Amino acid sequence: MNIEEILKERILVLDGAMGTMIQRYNLEEKDFRNEALKDHHIPLKGNSDLLNITRPDVIKAIHKKYFEAGADIAETNTFTGTSIAQADYALEHLVYDINFQGARLAREAADEATALDPSKPRFVAGSIGPTNKTASLSPDVNNPGYRAIDFDGLKDAYKEQLRALMDGGVDIILVETIFDTLNAKAALFAIEDVFEERGVRLPIMVSGTITDASGRTLSGQTTEAFLISMEHMPLMSVGLNCALGASQLRPYLQIMSEKSNFNVSAHPNAGLPNEFGEYDQTPEQMAAQIEEFLKEGMINVIGGCCGTTPDHIKLIAETAAKYKPRKVTSLEAESV
Amino acid sequence: MENSNLAIDPLPLKLSGLEPLIINKDTNFVNIGERTNVTGSKKFARLILEGNYEEAVSIALEQVQNGAQIVDINMDEGMLDGEKAMVTFINLLAAEPEIARVPFMIDSSKWHIIEAGLKCLQGKGIVNSISLKAGEEEFLEQAKKVKRYGAAVVIMAFDEDGQADSYERRIEICERCYRLLVDKINFPPEDIIFDPNVFPVATGMDEHNNNSLDFFRATKWIKENLPHARVSGGISNVSFSFRGNDPVREAMHTVFLYYGIKHGLDMGIVNAGQIEVYDEIQKDLLERVEDVILNRRPDATERLLEFAETVKSKGKVKVVDDAWRKGSVEERLSHALVKGIVEFVIEDTEEARIKYESPLKVIEGPLMAGMNIVGDLFGEGKMFLPQVVKSARVMKKSVAHLIPFMEEEKRRTGNTSSNAKILLATVKGDVHDIGKNIVGVVLACNNFDIVDLGVMVPAEKILEAAVREKADVIGLSGLITPSLDEMVHVAKEMERMGMKTPLLIGGATTSRIHTAVKIAPNYSGPVVHVLDASKSVPVASELINPDTREAFASKVRNEYDEARTDHAGRQKEKNYISIAEARKKKAPVNWDDFVPKKPNALGVSVFKNYSLEEIRPYIDWTPFFSTWMLKGKYPAIFDNEIVGVEARKLFNDANLMLDEIIAKGSLKAHGIVGLFPATAVDHEDVKILDESGKVLTTFHFLRQQGKKAATVPNLSLADFVAPAETGKQDYMGGFAVTAGDGLDVIVKKYEADQDDYNSIMAKALADRLAEAFAELLHEKVRKELWGYSPDEKLDTDRLIKEDYAGIRPAPGYPACPDHTEKRLLFDLLDVEKKTGIILTESFAMYPAAAVSGFYFSHPDSKYFGLGKVEKDQVEEYAQRKGFSLDDMEKWLAPNLNYNI
Repeated sequence: MNIEEILKERILVLDGAMGTMIQRYNLEEKDFRNEALKDHHIPLKGNSDLLNITRPDVIKAIHKKYFEAGADIAETNTFTGTSIAQADYALEHLVYDINFQGARLAREAADEATALDPSKPRFVAGSIGPTNKTASLSPDVNNPGYRAIDFDGLKDAYKEQLRALMDGGVDIILVETIFDTLNAKAALFAIEDVFEERGVRLPIMVSGTITDASGRTLSGQTTEAFLISMEHMPLMSVGLNCALGASQLRPYLQIMSEKSNFNVSAHPNAGLPNEFGEYDQTPEQMAAQIEEFLKEGMINVIGGCCGTTPDHIKLIAETAAKYKPRKVTSLEAESV
Repeated sequence: MENSNLAIDPLPLKLSGLEPLIINKDTNFVNIGERTNVTGSKKFARLILEGNYEEAVSIALEQVQNGAQIVDINMDEGMLDGEKAMVTFINLLAAEPEIARVPFMIDSSKWHIIEAGLKCLQGKGIVNSISLKAGEEEFLEQAKKVKRYGAAVVIMAFDEDGQADSYERRIEICERCYRLLVDKINFPPEDIIFDPNVFPVATGMDEHNNNSLDFFRATKWIKENLPHARVSGGISNVSFSFRGNDPVREAMHTVFLYYGIKHGLDMGIVNAGQIEVYDEIQKDLLERVEDVILNRRPDATERLLEFAETVKSKGKVKVVDDAWRKGSVEERLSHALVKGIVEFVIEDTEEARIKYESPLKVIEGPLMAGMNIVGDLFGEGKMFLPQVVKSARVMKKSVAHLIPFMEEEKRRTGNTSSNAKILLATVKGDVHDIGKNIVGVVLACNNFDIVDLGVMVPAEKILEAAVREKADVIGLSGLITPSLDEMVHVAKEMERMGMKTPLLIGGATTSRIHTAVKIAPNYSGPVVHVLDASKSVPVASELINPDTREAFASKVRNEYDEARTDHAGRQKEKNYISIAEARKKKAPVNWDDFVPKKPNALGVSVFKNYSLEEIRPYIDWTPFFSTWMLKGKYPAIFDNEIVGVEARKLFNDANLMLDEIIAKGSLKAHGIVGLFPATAVDHEDVKILDESGKVLTTFHFLRQQGKKAATVPNLSLADFVAPAETGKQDYMGGFAVTAGDGLDVIVKKYEADQDDYNSIMAKALADRLAEAFAELLHEKVRKELWGYSPDEKLDTDRLIKEDYAGIRPAPGYPACPDHTEKRLLFDLLDVEKKTGIILTESFAMYPAAAVSGFYFSHPDSKYFGLGKVEKDQVEEYAQRKGFSLDDMEKWLAPNLNYNI
């Protein structure tokens, strides 16, 4: 069964946070270096995506834990794997390896989990982040027309990342944590270019980020406007992640659920951060909040973002198993 | 086959800026702003060439403010680096949320400029345009890219042989493009917009005479034969031969749109300020323009030219042109008033003050002239309440600037204003004032001086102020039924003092018949019921004019006398039955199969500072629009031809304010719910118990006494709670909510800024939030707190339609009109202490943005109107409640079927 068919049957579960899990390993600067990087002039600690190369054992172990917890889909550890984001560490030249290895590690973990229980195939979603620059906002308040990055710059960086993710064997492309829709449009454009160049198509997941109670993305769009701006591509799913906890996300998921012709996904944070920037929502609390909208049939793919752990995902997966997925009604299908 | 497509509803064309714009079969003509186009606007071209982008951006803003739903941007100018100008301009617009909320149309004949523009759009915009000009290959390549950038596209009727100039060529090219796009590259048909070329007419060349008709026919053909595709056009082209003659051009555009829309034209690039109302075009001009557009006679062009000579381009009030700042100070003030533009009013007022030497002359001169225009337009239904309130805001700002100068002048000369003065008040015990404030604004716009005494004003204070201020008219307002009685009291007091000042009665529960029957007989001066704010102006004008006053007053008096006689007659005809008879016809509630659900949360639950964000989706917007006197159901109101545009603006303003309220937490919502064991007793009462069986209180209800068909029951709310003899322990609940905590502060801030618009807006929103909170809480009660419908799933629409089990009737409203029961409810739940909502002596809740009521769970329970009741029931009811008959009759006055 392919993933689109499974989606009609049940709610699929995405994994949880990578960063939260990496922190548990208390890694040091040396863990972020290998032979080739031993003299690199910039501190590398904190560049989590680099661990795909320097500590593959850690990353694969985390993927395994999430699969054991019941996740159907693992996200590759490649959220910052573009030349734009890696420029902070002067590691643009490692972008291919970071993504290729990131995809390979998740692939191996998925294949092993599938082999253990072939009735439950596991999938790998190649994670594409927003980069650290915005194409439709100026970083300089005195110069509103200025842009630190443009569409073509983003498109080229995304293409490089995509080719490596696809070479590494991902099943799905996941464009996530979209705070500026124009960045995501460049990613979608790059995806279409690379699909065309290779003659292959993979399912695409898109996930935006509503930054606060204004109900808008950082770049100012309402949930519905964001959805309309993404709909020109055939998507496997569209949804929301990060910034908010499950209960704060609910009103915007409701809009998604009402207006979208695609599957709807959600991977909220474990609540809102406390004064130390830590997420302390328990698996039970989070699963209870998520159950609210699963119950209402608003969701097709559910998972966790910042602060979530395999314990969260385990409970979320158990909860998700109790409910039917949201019914996707395509307007097109009805009227043609 | 050909017409079979007509049966299919077109798929919606979905566009977005920061906000969505969805064009579907119910959408009216969509205005695309044309003024940010260097080929069409000399001024815009000059600004861009000079690099004055700041002012160029303000042109875009003005278009959006004037109602453009999409902004067209064109930088095709020989002297310009079009690509760079396009990118710079769009990036600047993106930084202006008020502009960027609408979708953009990237307009260029050069693909590289279009592509540069597309790379700056986070929303889904429109490309204008691509065509078969350079062949199929390039056309498809460009279309594929458009899709990949996530935009809709305008296809120009242009092919390898040139631009389509006949009906046949138009449809041939459009069909070919459509098939290529849909069949070859899977382009979504709903994202295709055809531009079948608007060409000039009345050019003097005979071959152009049929241009418009060909366009209309092609439009119709496209809409009937190319499913889901839409049609647009550059409307100003049609009048190209009359450049410089705006009245004729405007008439031509209006007529062209009128027929274009009839043939299916969906959108057009227009200058919103150059569109007239079809019905308002001068008859002879209309005839000649239609002759030309519809090619009705061979000499049509000559006849229009002839006429055009006689039409001088006269300055109009509603000039959208940014040139209005260049007019005289009188023109500028008038424009600012009519358009509600606050921006320059202080400097213009100051300029006028110096020019007129006396501040009073500024008010009596240009300001009044402007407000007269506003008043006339409002009276004619050409302006709507939200616009009028914005105009008033400008007026108030201007007057506030003049007041210090006037006071100084008064000291010097002793001169005072000679306007008629109207005193307004919400009567004692009542706190509702949105309607009264609107009346105040509308009257002020019509040269009346308003003295507003506020809310909860006792009779003696009204009378004292009326005498002191030498009021020419007194207006009383109230929303809850006890206020009706208070108004009668004020009228009696006025009579006692021998006053003759005309008395106006208004507010939600007031009526012409109540005024005629209860108030008018108690006062010998003129008494007039005023249905809504728009009626207040003619009524007040008639009453203050010494020439019409007598006649008008006696006309109304005769009408009311007649109404009274009628009413008395009707009362006798209508049959009522005794309370004993009515009790034999209780609601046939099925108790045998009913298993009462014990509430999950028995007792009282308090919700302090409830999330407004969660409440917001429960808002029912339809009553919000009716507060602003815009009639129509939400969301269909946006597509209403007459009020749609204003409704949309109002809605946007409301949501901006809501965003701010939520972000700042400036309003707080509190609620309280109580659920208790309950047993129906004494036919119409319900005993409320605690878990041990102790009686906490008893609620009293009334029963319908109107004579009905044998099978139709005479209902009482108590029928919906199980009586003891069923052997079942039933339950009942009560609640109170408010969303008005903090409203005073917000309103004070706006009032200090003479901003009635936002002050009324804030109150109306608080009201809506309170209602929405009540709806939300009721759902929570059904699903969780009581939990008798745990699996219920309803969208907002069905919530508003009350498509669920159980009811939440409010004391003081039709099923249980006795406001005094609110006291029992408030005491039972300890509402005042726990939520801060208090009851006035008339049992109005304060803050006014509050709702309270009872909960009944039985699936047979339903809302009904009590109607009138007879004395036998009232006597018994008074006894059960421990009230004297007199007191009881006073509170139930509107529901008595007999005179007291």
